[in-house]
Parts: sequence; structure tokens; C-alpha cells
Amino acid sequence: MSEARTLVVAEQIDGRLSAAVARVVAAAAGIGAPIDLLVVGSQASQAAQQAARLEGVAAVICVEDSAFDHLLAENTAALIQSLAGPYSHLLSASTTGGRSLMPRVAALLGVGQVSDIIAVESPDTFVRPIYAGSVVATVRSLDDRKVVTVRPTAFEPVGEQDGVDVANAASTGDQRLARFVSEQLAEGERPELGGARVIVSGGRGLGSAENFRLIEALADRLDAAVGASRAAVDAGYVPNDLQVGQTGRMVAPELYIAAGISGAVQHLAGMKDSKVIVAINSDEEAPIFQVADYGLVADLFEALPELERKL
Amino acid sequence: MKVLVAIKRVIDYNVRVRVREDHSDVDLTHAKMAMNPFCEIALEEAIRLKEQGIASEVIVVSIGDKAVQEQLRTAMALGADRAIHVSAEGRIDSFAAAKTLAAVVEREAPRLVLLGKQSIDSDSSQTGPMLAALVGMAQATFASSIKIDGDTLSVTREIDAGLETLAMSLPAVVTADLRLNEPRYARLPAIMKAKKRPIEALDAAELGVDVTPRQELVKVELPAERQAGVRVHSVDELIDRLRNEAKVIP
Ligand SMILES: Cc1cc2nc3c(=O)[nH]c(=O)nc-3n(C[C@H](O)[C@H](O)[C@H](O)COP(=O)(O)OP(=O)(O)OC[C@H]3O[C@@H](n4cnc5c(N)ncnc54)[C@H](O)[C@@H]3O)c2cc1C
Ligand SMILES: Nc1ncnc2c1ncn2[C@@H]1O[C@H](COP(=O)(O)O)[C@@H](O)[C@H]1O
Repeated sequence: MSEARTLVVAEQIDGRLSAAVARVVAAAAGIGAPIDLLVVGSQASQAAQQAARLEGVAAVICVEDSAFDHLLAENTAALIQSLAGPYSHLLSASTTGGRSLMPRVAALLGVGQVSDIIAVESPDTFVRPIYAGSVVATVRSLDDRKVVTVRPTAFEPVGEQDGVDVANAASTGDQRLARFVSEQLAEGERPELGGARVIVSGGRGLGSAENFRLIEALADRLDAAVGASRAAVDAGYVPNDLQVGQTGRMVAPELYIAAGISGAVQHLAGMKDSKVIVAINSDEEAPIFQVADYGLVADLFEALPELERKL
Repeated sequence: MKVLVAIKRVIDYNVRVRVREDHSDVDLTHAKMAMNPFCEIALEEAIRLKEQGIASEVIVVSIGDKAVQEQLRTAMALGADRAIHVSAEGRIDSFAAAKTLAAVVEREAPRLVLLGKQSIDSDSSQTGPMLAALVGMAQATFASSIKIDGDTLSVTREIDAGLETLAMSLPAVVTADLRLNEPRYARLPAIMKAKKRPIEALDAAELGVDVTPRQELVKVELPAERQAGVRVHSVDELIDRLRNEAKVIP
């Protein structure tokens, strides 16, 4: 590792690159070093073609081996360790995949890790939220290699370029430590939370899974994704992948409509970077109003159907 | 089967965090401290494994100054059999915690190590996978359900897209997510009894672990406050403003 060079670890599913990758590349561009992209797993070569056209990428490394499907941490970390030689920086998105993988990579390389950055100040200095986003810290990494996860919503995706070269690298194979068994993915036609332009989110105020239909109906009217507070998820109104907040998804849509959500800091941590926030709550003291651009003190059982009807 | 649970002392999640005037760090003087909520969940899972006859012993460990003994005592009041305090001064980052825990794992040889998925102060979410890498074990982060059958561990994880199930052989490292269980409360007699229980004392330096932080805190700030918005008085007004003022709906 003589000069600075960045490796971005991409996530892909069924040969399609995750939308977060173009945003991680944007963060990598802020470091100022040449950027290589690593694409792994079944059908990686298909996703690699897409990766090669991301603006600012110098080269793409492809390892097509099912051992890396679901970014299985034990296998993928060993692969990245074998490839890490020339890289001063290793980045991935702070998705659940990246957050499981990159600390393992860092420990194998004998360095610390910087999580969930929202800005790059310099090649060794990064900005990241702590205490559920109630404080923003600037940290300087003292390690010779920087292993970093990036909050995708904090960076605008890079554009396109003419495709660069894709090179295949040797697989390190299956470490035989863990094995993927099954997954239960959210199905449905609604936009995905991470990339949605509009999100309609519901909380405990909805009262039941049945009533949550009100949120879904409004979301469908607005072509929006559906989100939820932890209380709504814990009460079983919706599945866990809809939870927004410190321990759920971090979102930053153009419009976030929160109905029946009080606005606990842990929830705000996940949505307060939205461009426009609307709060609908019957309690005028609810803390959600402190971050809302438009606050409507109302019974959601009246306001939501009326909104849907009039839009 | 021995189960080791890593417990971190953090600011209570209800407390509003302040920043020091010189922006050098957050100000925790007189702040109420507590066990990291995700560690409570990890500990609860270990205790349940013991109640089911799967775990034979639940050992809790915390790294930090003397104050962490308070959380270790809470853990014993909740049902942990034994507590280890690894003393280390100053800020202990995730890599330092992982290296120290690796040394403890070597001494204790647990079949299962449970951690929280994330500290609510640093929000770093690193220690579990780092520890797993250092001791060469399989890892399962963000666990919402675990099943142990002989030597096989099956873990359902909360991932961004839904749920995922992994299988691995023990020993392994698991980090607890919110929905793994609902922790119990400690009962007063147990709290009183835990006050007199011994806590094994180790020292990071004696374990040969360098806990110097790998990151320097340059400064901390409060995030830019959102401008408090306006109250709208009807659904019609809301629609009008979203359409014509904010221009976020057609
Ligand atoms: C470690 C930790 C991590 C956490 N992580 C998260 C996280 O990631 N995401 C998250 O959301 N939470 C998280 N929480 C939980 C958080 O602290 C709150 O408990 C949770 O966000 C509350 O959800 P809520 O707003 O739906 O429920 P409540 O706080 O109960 O609020 C319900 C709201 O609905 C309103 N309401 C009731 N009826 C009506 C009606 N008819 N019309 C209009 N309004 C009505 C009420 O006025 C109230 O404001 C976490 C907590 C901890 C300790
Ligand atoms: N100083 C510490 N002492 C004991 N356990 C810790 C410590 N730091 C982190 N951990 C464990 O690692 C988990 C995740 O922390 P982190 O990776 O720092 O977000 C915590 O929930 C604890 O289980």
C-alpha cells in the first residue's frame, strides 16, 4: 500500500447492483483516491457491468462464487482480507450487510472501524452521528488502513460513465463457519424504504394491524413506501423491516408523513434528515411537532382517510 | 455449556445528551447511566438458555473503569452466575472491547458469546463481528431469534430487507436485536444479594491488550436544528401547502 486507493464493497442481488452503491462511491470520491469496486456472489459478473459504469470507478473486481451470496460475513471478510493489500480505504454501505461485514474485515486487518459516516472531511477524518443522532462527531482515524461504512442517504448518487474494465479475482471459497438457510423478504409493489421519494409512516396511534391499512392506503395514493415506529412493529402491526429509527432504517425522503408517532429521539434519528416532514398527531405536545415542517393536530382516523380522498 | 455476555455501561437512553462547551466531547457529568439496552436483551437470552437447561453457566463481563461494576451487579441480580470486570481507563472503543473480550474468551472458552448489536452511545455496532473475527468463530448479528440444537445454532436475523436465517456450529458470537426477547426486571432481594457477590477483577494491560482508541475525537456538535415548522389547521390547508409551498406532491 504505497499510495492511497479505495475499495468499495458493493452489494448486489440477482445480478442487480444495490442502489446504495452509487452513493457509497460518492462518499469514496470525497476521499480523493482512485476507486475500485468489488462485486461478489452468484451473478456477480452481471452486476459488475453495471458497477463499471458508475462515475469515478477506476476498475471493477468481480468474484462470482455463491459462497459470497447474502454477503455472508465469514466468507466475504476472508475474501476482502486477501484482496486488501493495495488499499488504504475500504468502504461499504452501512446496511445490515455492511455493518456485519466491515467490522469483521477491520478486525482481520488489525484495525478499528468507522461506522455510518455522513461526511468525509479529509482522507482520515469523517463525520458521523452518535447518541441516536442527537450529537454529531468528527473523528480522525489513526489506523493506516481505514475501514468505513457509509450512510447512503447522506450522499447523492454518482452519475454514469463509459464502462471501465472488469477483472476477475480468485475466490477464497467457503470458510465453512456459517451457512445461509432461508430468508423472508418483504414482498409487494410498494417502493423500497431506502430509495422512496415519499414515505408514510405509522406508529402506536394506529392501534392495530387492521387500522394500519389507513397508512398503506395513503401510501398507495402517493406512490410512497410504508414506514413504522418501533412501537408499531413490536405490537405486530407491520414487519420489522419497516422500522425507521436508530435501530431500524435510516431514511431521507422528499416527504415523510408521520401519523400516530410521538417522535422519540430513537425514531427521529432515522428520519429527521427528510426534506419535508408532516406530523399528524392528536396530542399537540407530541415531540414530533418539533421537527415537523407541517403539523396537524388531529385524530388520524379522520385525517388519514380525508387526505387520501382529497389527494 | 458456558455462555459469556458482554455488558456495556452507557448513558440511560432517556437522558438528553449535552455537549461540552469546548466541543471536545459530550458531557456525562451527573448523567444517569445504565446497562446498554441491547446488552439487557443479550443477557436475558442467556438467562433463558439457562432456564431451559441449555446453558450451564452465564458469565457477564464488562470493560471499563470501576463504575461498570454497577451494571455487573445488576446483571447478577438478573440471573448471571458470575461477573468479570476488566479494568481499563478512558474511552474504550469497539476494537479495544473486542480484543479484550477475545482474551476473556480464551480464558473462559464459552460455547456462545452474546453481545448487544450496538451501543446506544457510540452507535458503532462493531464489537460482535470484530470479536468473532479475532477468535475465528462464526457470527450472527441482529438476532431476533436463536435456536440451539446440540452443537448447531440457528439464528434468525433482522436485515434491511426482512428476516434471514443462518445456521452455524458452536462456538459462535451472536449480537442481540430488539425483538430477541423482552428483558425482565431485577427484584429487590436479588439486587440486595448481588451487592455482596464477588466480581472477578482482571486488567486489560495484564491481559496484554492495548486499549488505546484507534480514533481521535476531533469535535462533537449538536446537529443543525430543524426549523420548527407551522401548524396547519385542516387537511385542506395541509394539501395546499404541500402542493404549492413545499411542492412535494403533484
Ligand atoms: C435502544 C432503543 C432503540 C430504539 N430504536 C427505535 C427505532 O429504531 N425506531 C423507533 O421508532 N423507536 C425506537 N425505539 C423506541 C422509542 O423510544 C419509542 O418508544 C417509539 O418510537 C414509540 O413509538 P410510537 O411513537 O409509535 O408510540 P408512542 O410513543 O406510544 O406514540 C403514539 C402516538 O400516537 C398518538 N396518537 C394516539 N392515538 C392517536 C390518534 N387517534 N390520532 C392521532 N394520533 C394519535 C399519540 O398522541 C402518541 O403521540 C427505541 C428504543 C430504545 C430503548
Ligand atoms: N466496554 C465494553 N464492555 C463490555 N462489552 C462491550 C463494551 N463495548 C462494547 N461491548 C459489547 O459490544 C456490543 C456492541 O457495542 P458496539 O460495537 O460498541 O456498538 C455492546 O452491546 C456490548 O455487548
